[in-house]
Amino acid sequence: MSQVQATIDFRRNTQEVPQQMPAAVQKATAKFLGNRAVLVEAFGNESWQALRQAGHDIRLHAITHIEHYLEKAEAAVTRAGGQVHWARDAEEARRILLDIAARHRVKLAVKGKSMATEEIGLNHAMEAAGIRVLETDLGEYIVQLKGVGPAHIVVPAFHLSKEEIAALFHEKLGVNAPAEAEQLTRIARMKLREEFLSADMGISGGNFLVADTGTIVTVTNEGNGRMCTTVPPVHVAVVGIDKVVPDWESLTVLLKLLARSATGQKLSCYTQFISGPPRSPAETGPRQMHLILLDNGRSRILKTPECRETLLCIRCGACLNTCPVYNNVGGYAYGYPISGPTGVIFASQILGTRIAGALPFASTLCGACNEICPVKIPITQILLHLRRRVAEGDESEDAAAPYALRLGAQVGAVALGTTGLYRLGSELLKRLQAPFVRSGWMPRLPAPLNRWTMSRPFPAFAADFRQWWRDRPAAGGKRGTHEPSA
Amino acid sequence: MTIKAQLFITCLAEQFFPDVLKRMVGLLERLGVQVEFPEEQTCCGQPFFNSGYRNQARELAVKWLKVFGRTDGFIVSPSGSCVDTVRHHFPELFPPGSAEHRQAEDAAARTFEFTQFLVHQLKVTDVGARFPRKVTYHSSCHLLRGLSAREEPKALLRAVQGLVLVPLPGEETCCGFGGSFSVIYPEVSKSMMESKVRAIESTGADVVAVCDAGCIMNIAGGLRQAGSSIRAMHLIEILTAGREAS
Ligand code: SF4
Repeated sequence: MSQVQATIDFRRNTQEVPQQMPAAVQKATAKFLGNRAVLVEAFGNESWQALRQAGHDIRLHAITHIEHYLEKAEAAVTRAGGQVHWARDAEEARRILLDIAARHRVKLAVKGKSMATEEIGLNHAMEAAGIRVLETDLGEYIVQLKGVGPAHIVVPAFHLSKEEIAALFHEKLGVNAPAEAEQLTRIARMKLREEFLSADMGISGGNFLVADTGTIVTVTNEGNGRMCTTVPPVHVAVVGIDKVVPDWESLTVLLKLLARSATGQKLSCYTQFISGPPRSPAETGPRQMHLILLDNGRSRILKTPECRETLLCIRCGACLNTCPVYNNVGGYAYGYPISGPTGVIFASQILGTRIAGALPFASTLCGACNEICPVKIPITQILLHLRRRVAEGDESEDAAAPYALRLGAQVGAVALGTTGLYRLGSELLKRLQAPFVRSGWMPRLPAPLNRWTMSRPFPAFAADFRQWWRDRPAAGGKRGTHEPSA
Repeated sequence: MTIKAQLFITCLAEQFFPDVLKRMVGLLERLGVQVEFPEEQTCCGQPFFNSGYRNQARELAVKWLKVFGRTDGFIVSPSGSCVDTVRHHFPELFPPGSAEHRQAEDAAARTFEFTQFLVHQLKVTDVGARFPRKVTYHSSCHLLRGLSAREEPKALLRAVQGLVLVPLPGEETCCGFGGSFSVIYPEVSKSMMESKVRAIESTGADVVAVCDAGCIMNIAGGLRQAGSSIRAMHLIEILTAGREAS
């Protein structure tokens, strides 16, 4: 089955953000950023910057030699007894997974936290095929109960209060839950434990794939992810091809960067290394292990040099935490499971600008993301390129901006670039604004500037510097160095 | 040897804050700089570049480079984002090795934002100003992250006699202006601006000092909307307080 993605209307989504969302988001992100800052300081800023550079170089090397490392990884996984599948797009990935599920007559699948499976809309497809899928990451479990997707790539339900979660448990699970973190966690754990034992399949993502040994690495804080990959008889990992790293040395650098940037920990509670299924009947664990390597547009991203660093991302979530736009709208406004700055650059390429062309503009280009990113992705540079793709088109897509807007830009550039017209414009604006001005400000303006004045007045046009310069007695310096040309 | 500065006045400062420009001329001249004003200059093209219209940005860059290419000395501007455009984005608009690319690199090397020009080129932090008020400082994004000016504006403020500098919570958080962002996503812009205004009000300052015209439009407008008595001022206005715009 194919899933048709509707155009993402970021503005409408931002208008529908619940009123309490920004404060809830800001409270949580402030905590993560605070924890991170303490660890980065303890690490020493200079060493941290060096580590970021190392992380960047490792990731860039990996994705620019991706075929080599993927082949290596495939060979290693196969040697270890795992089965490797290549999925060109989301649909193929879903089909591969459904085939495996059908072969094993899967009725219940338990899932660890994974953005790749969100990306391919896996839960929906499995449920449509009559298979129950249960999220086991506590945050994912909560948003699944609520019937929504993750609001943050690391902490999916972080915007919900304990009271809201207790009410949700009461409604969906029929339990009397006190609004208290430990109690709620205990209830969820009990519910989940029963399910782990009866699950026919475990599904996971992978934070990294080590090419040398074919090891799938998952990083979590709860241990439920590990239950998914060890208890059920079949384990399927869905991993983006960009997750490949050369070797274990590279991995140690990235793990240091990831835990500190994501949650402000030196190391996450569980770092799991999966190198194939058990080798002898004496070993425990799933009898079969499948690795689905997902492309879904990643090779296309690699073809545009200005954008390829999008794929360096290790999904730490730090850019979300620091992004002022994200902090004021939360994750759902982006209309895609991966939100915030990294979601914007990823989604607008994976989905294309016709669907996600609004996203590259959902940024003030403030650059806070560039500054925090542990693998030094030049996010604003990529945003600028994607804006260009929308406005003018590039090698990979035609322009998506409406013709009127493009024409407006052309006319505007001529007006702003011709000295005479520019000056004439300044003078005209000073006259035309008269009916709107109240003591130096314009409280209300017609469209499109009403979008400004809906929240603050616009300053009055007041250009008189040129005249002042010409009139002043030459003091010290010459006047204008150049007389205006015709 | 006299130091020469070509004024790059920028659209927003010209249209909305001409007084800042006049004061900047006065201050530079007091510091012994020979100030010149290439009168043919217009927009550097930043709004087009940032919106993805590279062709239009290129046209405006060509014009800008022609106007300033005929001048000598430093090029100085009261706006970090416009300087960031010239310094970092102009060279990206032309193929490496082309004549325009060379011109862009030359211009980039001599273009400075005002506070960095004072602190690094003139090596001045104390300009002899007096401003006995409680002041807080908002860090403009492109000045901070594009040009790495984290300390220069604050060093200048600290040297002002009588001025008490109080820290602004979230000093480095964007105010929500973002150029066209403010009208493309007005609800988000509003929300960000209101957070900034609340943070400014929490400091109990009389004045918030800002270094970029776009941010001043946004923050001053926001303060006014909130009925606040705090004034948003360009840093140059503080450094020249008590003097007439020459
Ligand atoms: S872009 Fe950088 S900061 Fe953002 S999630 Fe990816 S690695 Fe983390």
